[in-house]
Amino acid sequence: MLSFTVILVSIMVVIALILNLWRLFAGPDLADRLLALDTMYINSIALIILLGIWLSSTLYFEAALLIAMLGFVSTAALCKYLLRGDIIE
Amino acid sequence: MLAKPRFRWLPMPYHSMLLFVTWLLLNNTVAPGHLVLGAFLALGIPMLTSGLSQPQPALHKPIKTARYALMVLGDIVTANLEVARQVLGPLDQLHPALIAMPLDIEGDLPITLLASTVSLTPGTVSSEVSQCRKFLYIHALTMTDEAELIATIKERYEKPLMEIFSC
Amino acid sequence: MNFVLELIVSIFLLIGGGFILVGSIGLMRLPDFMMRLHAPTKATTLGMGGLLIASMILFTLREPGHISVHELLITIFLFITAPVSAHMMAKTALHQKLKMISRTRGQELLDPASQQLAPPQTTEKVESPKA
Repeated sequence: MLSFTVILVSIMVVIALILNLWRLFAGPDLADRLLALDTMYINSIALIILLGIWLSSTLYFEAALLIAMLGFVSTAALCKYLLRGDIIE
Repeated sequence: MLAKPRFRWLPMPYHSMLLFVTWLLLNNTVAPGHLVLGAFLALGIPMLTSGLSQPQPALHKPIKTARYALMVLGDIVTANLEVARQVLGPLDQLHPALIAMPLDIEGDLPITLLASTVSLTPGTVSSEVSQCRKFLYIHALTMTDEAELIATIKERYEKPLMEIFSC
Repeated sequence: MNFVLELIVSIFLLIGGGFILVGSIGLMRLPDFMMRLHAPTKATTLGMGGLLIASMILFTLREPGHISVHELLITIFLFITAPVSAHMMAKTALHQKLKMISRTRGQELLDPASQQLAPPQTTEKVESPKA
């Protein structure tokens, strides 16, 4: 049952990623694309966690943590760039 | 009331505790070697970095803080069910609004905590703090009554935070 | 692996996946940026919480005596960073003066908000029951 659920949830997350991708391409403004990217990195963490459950291995935890940290930092840097036109003041 | 460094060898006790727990969680173990290494890092890193930290209001009521965290966690779940219903339902029934909430709470850390709570919970996103630190601009996904929303946020989140930081 | 454990983990996985999907549907469907910001910050974060709790339960109870709680780190990290990045993106949107849909109330606050000023005639606004 668990393997079936993992596949089902993976399909849901992939649909979510495709919707984000649509917003990334269609987004009328830079901020919309930024929001789409921000959501995409969180969804990719979800996919990695699901892969870890599927392979029943905890090795993927570090990858997920790294994506979480780098994703937040890059969102913050992009916001800074859009706000001020510069990242380091 | 600001937290002053009480001990020379332990300038930031809360940070040290947090670092120690984070190290153990990161390695997912309580093996003796990692306990020693974690304690070493938890003592060493605050000593090196305490000069950079800005003084913040101290936490006075740990039990109230824990109760507040649990309440916010419960509110996150209920608020999410609400937002999910609004997102999947008909969109022309949503009445978004941008409001300015006067802040009674003071200090950077309490305002940050209040803004984060507002962002995570009841269909609202905090979007800007005025430069005088007196007003929080909030965008609500759907709002029926401005005074009621402000009263709810003040009653439910700002009051316990003010008690926690006793300001 | 016993059936009850699988059932609990499956329920948490489905809740998490459902909220992640709702977050992205909101991102696609809602009409303006400030409204779109609501769906990913709240729903997606809670969805991740559900998935990580499922993973934690599974890896802890699968073998007796082996406790796996490091997923808690990602959960806490996401719950701390989600409002911060939402706040930064809202700031960006205000700064760029993105259009909000016409039925948004309080649009006159857009200008003072983007310059970090106090709102004009605040006392009246707070006292009045309907804006």
